[in-house]
Order: sequence, then C-alpha cells, then structure tokens
Amino acid sequence: MFCQECGKKPATLHFTKIVNGEKTEFHICESCAREKGEFIPGTPNSFSIHHLLSGLLDFEPTAPSGMAKPQEGLRCENCGLTYTQFGKLGRFGCSSCYTYFSDRLDPIFKRVHGNVVHVGKVPKRAGGRIRYKREVEKLKHKLKSLVEREEFEEAAKVRDQIRDLERKLAGDHADG
Amino acid sequence: MSLDRFMDDALSEWMKGEGADADIVISSRIRIARNLRSIPFPMFATDEQSKEVMSQCYSVVSRGALDKVGKFSFIPLSELDDLSKRVLVEKHLISPNLADESRNGALILSENEAISIMVNEEDHLRIQCLFPGFQIREALELADQIDDIFEENLDYAFDEKRGYLTSCPTNVGTGIRASVMLHLPALVLSQQINRILSAVNQVGLTVRGLYGEGSEAIGNLFQVSNQITLGQSEEEIVDNLYSVARQIIEHERTARRRLLEESRARITDRVLRSYGILRHAYIIDSKEAAQRLSDVRLGIDLNIIKNVSTKVLNELLVMTQPAFLQRYARQKLSPEQRDLYRAEMIRQRLAPSEGAGQQP
Ligand SMILES: [Zn+2]
Ligand SMILES: [Zn+2]
Repeated sequence: MFCQECGKKPATLHFTKIVNGEKTEFHICESCAREKGEFIPGTPNSFSIHHLLSGLLDFEPTAPSGMAKPQEGLRCENCGLTYTQFGKLGRFGCSSCYTYFSDRLDPIFKRVHGNVVHVGKVPKRAGGRIRYKREVEKLKHKLKSLVEREEFEEAAKVRDQIRDLERKLAGDHADG
Repeated sequence: MSLDRFMDDALSEWMKGEGADADIVISSRIRIARNLRSIPFPMFATDEQSKEVMSQCYSVVSRGALDKVGKFSFIPLSELDDLSKRVLVEKHLISPNLADESRNGALILSENEAISIMVNEEDHLRIQCLFPGFQIREALELADQIDDIFEENLDYAFDEKRGYLTSCPTNVGTGIRASVMLHLPALVLSQQINRILSAVNQVGLTVRGLYGEGSEAIGNLFQVSNQITLGQSEEEIVDNLYSVARQIIEHERTARRRLLEESRARITDRVLRSYGILRHAYIIDSKEAAQRLSDVRLGIDLNIIKNVSTKVLNELLVMTQPAFLQRYARQKLSPEQRDLYRAEMIRQRLAPSEGAGQQP
C-alpha cells in the first residue's frame, strides 16, 4: 500500500482518526506523517488502530509538531521500513529487509532461536553445493535411525547414497 | 465443489481416520511459512501486490500442480460471510488473523481438509497439514511435498544464511511450526501438569491451551509446539517434538493407571456424573461443556464408558463452538441461546439410539 498523501513511498503508518464521530482511515508514509504534526500521538483526535504497527512511537510525544528530526539510520531501500520501526513492530517488511538490516540481526536471532544460521531445507533452485551438503546431513540422520532400528539392508543403501553425494561434493564445484 | 460441506460437517474427513496414540494425541500439525521473493510481506504489500500473490497461488492450483496430492478448492476470503469464516477458524482450517485482518486473503483447501493453505496471512503462504493422532512425521512428509510443488512454481524468498525469510523473526529459517494436540486429564487431575509444562518450556517447546486464551487449557487440551525455527533442521525439530511428546504421553498413561488403581470409584463417579450431565443438561456453557466432554473422553479411554465413540467427542469439540452452533441453528444466537442449542446438540449426539458407534 502506498502513502495516500504523496503516493510515492510505502505507507508504514496506518491509523484511524475520529472527528465528530466520523471515522477516517489513514495510510501514510513517515515523512508525510512528520509534516502533518496532527498525527503525532497524544493529540486528542487521533489514535492508532495497530499502535504496535504504527511506528508513531518513533516520535517524542512531547515534541512540538514540525520539530521532530528525520530518523537517522538504517532503512530498507526496497520497502522503506526503518530499523527502528522493525524494532517496534517485530516484523520485517520484505525479504530485502534481511539484507539491509543484516548486521544487526544476529543478536535478535540468537535471543529468539539460540542460533543465527539456517541448517534446514534448501530450495532446489538455490541449488548446487549447499543442497548436496544438506542432503548429506539429512541422509546421515536417516542412516542413524535406520541403524538404531537395525534395518541394515536399507541402511546400506543410504550409505551408498551418501557416498555418491560426497563424491559429487568433492568433485570440482558441483552445480545443480 | 460445494463450500457448504466444509461448513456443515464438524468433523473434517481427515479426523475420521485413526492415528497412533489416539487416546491421548488428538491431532498432529505441521505449518510451513513461505514468501515470494519480489513482493513485500502481506502487511506491507499494496493491494495490487497482494492480488498478484493470490493470482500466482491460484495459478498453481488451477494448472493442476497439486493434483498428485489431492483435490483442492481455491476460496478467496472475500467470498465468505463472517459466520463461514468463523466456522473455518473453529475447525482450525484458517487462523483468526486470516479471517479478520487479511487483505486479499485466500484459502486453498483439500477435499478431506487435511491440507489447508492460507494465502496472504502474515506470510504469503502458510501450508498446513493436519493428521489424526500422533503422526507428526507423516504430517511433515506431506507438508514438505506440497512445499516442493509450490517451490517449483513460485520464486521463494530464500537466503543461504537465514533460510526461508518470513515476516516475523520467530519463523525464519525452516518456517516450520510443528505441533501436537494432547488430551492430558490425568496429569491435570493429579496436579503434575505444571511441572511437566515448565519442563517442556525448557527444551525449546511451547505449550498452550486449545481454545483458551494464554496458557489456560479448556477441556484439558494442550498444544505443544516448537519455538525454534532457525539453526535446526526440519527433521531435528520434528524429532525433538516427537520425543518430548512421547514422554508426556507416557506420563499421562502412568497417571491414568494410577488414577484407576488408587481412586477407581472416584474417577468412575466423576466420569459418569459428567456423562449424565451431558446426556440431560438443558443449558450448558462452553467451558462446562469442554470440561465434561474431557471427562467423558477419559471415561471412554479408561473403558468406563463403552457405548460412545471418540469420534463423536471430536465432533462435539467443534460443534459446540459459537459459530458452529449458529450455523446449526441457522440463525444468530445470543450467548444464552447458544447455551441452549449447545446442550441440545450434545444431548442428540450422546443419545444411545443414534450417533454413538458401538464399541466392544
Ligand atoms: Zn507520503
Ligand atoms: Zn524491506
């Protein structure tokens, strides 16, 4: 959704304003919100639908309108989400956010998952070596449980598959 | 395919099957979150962009890519009235978020309702597979297969380091949420439940009640699911859930045996008393109904009640929910009216002459 004021930037602030009992919805970008001091929270006529979503909390509620300084710092060039907004929302705006915020994400992932690097499934399209590597890990896992269950015949087959893949990996830059 | 069937039958076709450990595990579920690379996540997408997501997903269905796993309906949420949406929520086929908040949301539903794919929920795609009983590995296998099909047809947002990219940082990596729904009345009765639940929380899993808010479990039903999605493979995640759930199941079995050994008369009284109330009550609220149904379910499992099938209880779990009751009554109901209809529906289902399957 694009900003209804300038029509150029993505609308990152969504809220409802009630004037004389009439509800009006607003979807605007941060810079337009900054220009219109009336949107700063705390003013009697406005409230946010998804205050978690709004990013309005970026502003000092006590700052007089027009005085708020532009947010310095990190912003996703693709969707326009700032790092500060991401922090408040707890949501990324688009897949590029991961790239633009990449330097700051490790501590967050560490806290949530205890890990920072993906080790699971890889799409076929991402292809190549990484997929082979994951496939080997997966097969080794399977091998282990087959051996535990004493299904040795099946285990032998899996062992052959692993060997094949490892040979491919060792060979000059497997590409799939 | 008529949508009415999805609304009228409380019990999805998939729930009619038998699963392993069905006396304790009601269902097993895998949910996979996926997004398209070039379009902002639903919360930030323009109307046009979210329509584009919908149309790409529609074309996957319409060109028959999913035919090898089943027959599917593509249902734009805009085609459903509010009551129908609530019914789908009560059947766990869509999330409240998709029903209420989504723009250009859609549901791709398999004929037996075992596979439900949400479009434009928090992520572009949420693939969900539901199995009866303890079949979490089977659910993963199916979800994985469906994911492969979508992957062949769509350009997924994937990063070598972070894995599958999702709107919320809590889903990144595998995008997988694996969960099992457990009925744990004996652990609740013997007051062991809190100790077990806090132990579960310490091994990277979360527990919450089925229909209750927060951690309050109504009807002694608990959903256990993985919390970590990054840094563990899909198999590890599912294996971890499997082995923890397996331990909980054993604890519940032990607690049930002990109940029978140490307080057979009291547990029998409790079960039959609840059965009597459900058979004859004229007004019953949802909370009491859930508790009594839990007692009766335990009674069936302990062989105290012999002429009611678990299937009827699974059905009643859904049928006694507010939206389903209104669907059944074919009118809008006040909470008081709902309690009347709920009692009526339960009386009908538990009446010895009908509904109840004969069990040896
Ligand atoms: Zn603007
Ligand atoms: Zn972005």
